[in-house]
Amino acid sequence: MAHSAHTIVPLGAAVAELVHDGDTVALEGFTHLIPMAAGREIIRQRRRDLTLVRMTPDIVYDQLIGAGCARKLVFSWGGNPGVGSLHRFRDAIQNGWPHPIEIDEHSHAGLANRYVAAASGLPFAVMRGYRGTDLPAHTPNIQPITCPFTGEVLTAVPALDLDVAIVHAQRADREGNVQMWGLTGVQKEAVLGAKRSLVTVEEIVDELEPMPNAVVLPKWVVTRVAEAPHGAHPSYAHDYYERDNAYYREWDGISKERESFERWLEAV
Amino acid sequence: MTDYTTDEMMVLAAARALPDGAACFVGIGLPSTAANLARRTHAPELVLIYEAGAIGAKPTRLPASIGDGILAETADAVISVPEVFNYWLQPGRIEIGFLGAAQIDRYANINTTVIGPDYDHPKVRLPGAGGAPEIAASCGEVVVIVRQSPRSFVERVDFVTSVGYGHGPGDRERLGLRGRGPVRVITDLGVLEPDPESLELTLTTVHPGVHADRAREATGWELAVADDLQVSEEPTAEELEALRELQRSGQPA
Repeated sequence: MAHSAHTIVPLGAAVAELVHDGDTVALEGFTHLIPMAAGREIIRQRRRDLTLVRMTPDIVYDQLIGAGCARKLVFSWGGNPGVGSLHRFRDAIQNGWPHPIEIDEHSHAGLANRYVAAASGLPFAVMRGYRGTDLPAHTPNIQPITCPFTGEVLTAVPALDLDVAIVHAQRADREGNVQMWGLTGVQKEAVLGAKRSLVTVEEIVDELEPMPNAVVLPKWVVTRVAEAPHGAHPSYAHDYYERDNAYYREWDGISKERESFERWLEAV
Repeated sequence: MTDYTTDEMMVLAAARALPDGAACFVGIGLPSTAANLARRTHAPELVLIYEAGAIGAKPTRLPASIGDGILAETADAVISVPEVFNYWLQPGRIEIGFLGAAQIDRYANINTTVIGPDYDHPKVRLPGAGGAPEIAASCGEVVVIVRQSPRSFVERVDFVTSVGYGHGPGDRERLGLRGRGPVRVITDLGVLEPDPESLELTLTTVHPGVHADRAREATGWELAVADDLQVSEEPTAEELEALRELQRSGQPA
């Protein structure tokens, strides 16, 4: 589907249009280019009953979970990288605060492959994994499958059924073509595997200069683009700003107790 | 004699376990420090792979996170996360995997999921699997780095996140796990290795000043101790300086 300048809209309008209560939403960015501003906008717009998908929940989902936006979490590693626990994530799972949350837990390889299957338009992905571990007993979305050619027993994981994918990138041109570089994680697969997508960018430029290892998402596979300078803070945007490691430590303090988290929430 | 901490001894013992030229899958924290230290000391050709998508990273300072920009800047190749797992780890291209653990048992099975016993109502919800299950399954061999205490060295892990030797000999083969499994568990007290026959973790080395009894007390099962128990070589001044300089390089400005 072709788009033009209509692709580029304000962040608030994009979230209002694309993210609905009850949606399955992926906000991807593996340590780098985490769409934090988009996450805060979802909180501001008081979305509820979301199924949140993200390999590493990080601060963005700790915030969304604590704010009561999530009904379910699909993930593969839920810690505060380099600091310790994600307290709101743990409070929801251990104590059901602010309300109980369902989890669909994977390994990185498993969840990455669920994105690959979605982007590939296939119902499942096949991999060698999970055998002998306890996760398959608790995650129905991990099933054995026998190779029809060799008889080897492998593991199947279903494609993610994503309503919306949101990622952050360094830039887009005025047509809405997106360019991201550095560690791009599973962002391309998330955008290609979702029914609709939003890319927030540091800046809109006249022309996309080629960059080493850059991933380009042409405008016709992206639903909306929104300018969001510093939109990945406290994570980083390669060649724009560094990761704010101090903020990750600060978040530990802010989120540890419900009261301090609620004070943070009021100011969002 | 230079003064050093037990953590420094542990990191040094881990660094020494990495052979030059090997491809090594690195997790953040102690594994990353040990691998980068190895590159700066005896293993300058060590190939570092970080799951965020860096093949052959050569960071000039200690990465602050698993997706630190310096990994992308210095890597031979920058790839997507699906590619890391599907093209590099799964087919067995990576010789060494480095893992941590919240709990570990006598067959080096590892738990990083829940302190339970009930998965649905855990006492403590840990971060979860991350890259560990597939690292434990597919790397040529695995090195574990974990502090030793009765809380971490348990009779039976509450949850098997990553498989070591399962229930014993034959299990890895039966499960189709292609890597050899954990060959070394490095702790703040010493080093354990799987018994060649029973595959049970056996204390083969203690760090200087550590008596085997201390390791026994820090283990939640009856710890097997090698007859010819070795003592780790003390850190050299060069190794310590390299480690401390590396850690200083990673400090916030």
